[in-house]
Amino acid sequence: MDVRRESEATPTKNRTGVERKSERELVVTRTVNAPARLVFEAWTKAELFRRWWVPKSYGLTLLSCEMDVRVGGQYRLVFRHEDSTMEFFGTYLEVTPHSRLVWTNEEGDNGKTVTTVTFDENAGKTLLVVHDRYPSKEALDSGSTGAMPEALDQLDELLASLGSSSVTK
Amino acid sequence: MAQYSQTHFDASFGALSDATRRGVLEQLGRADASITALAERFHMTLTGMKKHVGVLEQAGLVSTEKVGRVRTCKLGLRGLEEEAAWIERYRQLWAARFDELDIVVEEFKRKEKANGRKKRK
Repeated sequence: MDVRRESEATPTKNRTGVERKSERELVVTRTVNAPARLVFEAWTKAELFRRWWVPKSYGLTLLSCEMDVRVGGQYRLVFRHEDSTMEFFGTYLEVTPHSRLVWTNEEGDNGKTVTTVTFDENAGKTLLVVHDRYPSKEALDSGSTGAMPEALDQLDELLASLGSSSVTK
Repeated sequence: MAQYSQTHFDASFGALSDATRRGVLEQLGRADASITALAERFHMTLTGMKKHVGVLEQAGLVSTEKVGRVRTCKLGLRGLEEEAAWIERYRQLWAARFDELDIVVEEFKRKEKANGRKKRK
């Protein structure tokens, strides 16, 4: 099927789309070349999740990753960036195997962000739709809650450099 | 994020949250147009279009000029660069994440395949 060597990324890079649906909602889409069953595992098993959630190029170290993936279960991610640590935590609201995950981000000061991820399989590929609903438009604009780390300002430089060096090991 | 003017940001996104207003911007990207022409183009009343143009104008996305009895609209000086950069940064984070997810999933697929072969033997 794929004759490339292991060290290489998937041959055809899938595109990541982002749309601001409203002043409180952001939607990210991406197709993954694998059945929903596998993709869902990568989102719900801590040992797999921790390998991709924090891109290596961002200079963050994931110190711990605990995920109790069931309705009412909690998750907690602890990162280190330079000398500081930050925590992200919340509760799973919906867990439908291979098709839907809903959780809250509760670390922000301005209320909860709710993230809904749907896994839609078609011909062996899975369309991922990640929908973030922020508690207010201010929370979204400042990126202080949810999928964006709180220490976003520190990440700015790293992000800027990401574009110029797209191939970091 | 602090370098962005929050108010401007809100106004821009508010202005862009409407399909007609996005259509008007697209239209003005091609050529300047009067409010009357825009109202006709988008099948709405003159009053309705005036409101939309007003929102775009307030966000700095459109500027208007009245010559005689005709008010002409054109794209404002303030572009969408800041908004685009903000969204692009968010997209980059997710793209980087998903690139690593692809690697994890590919490896997972190979492992499953190998396990499947073992089982069949």
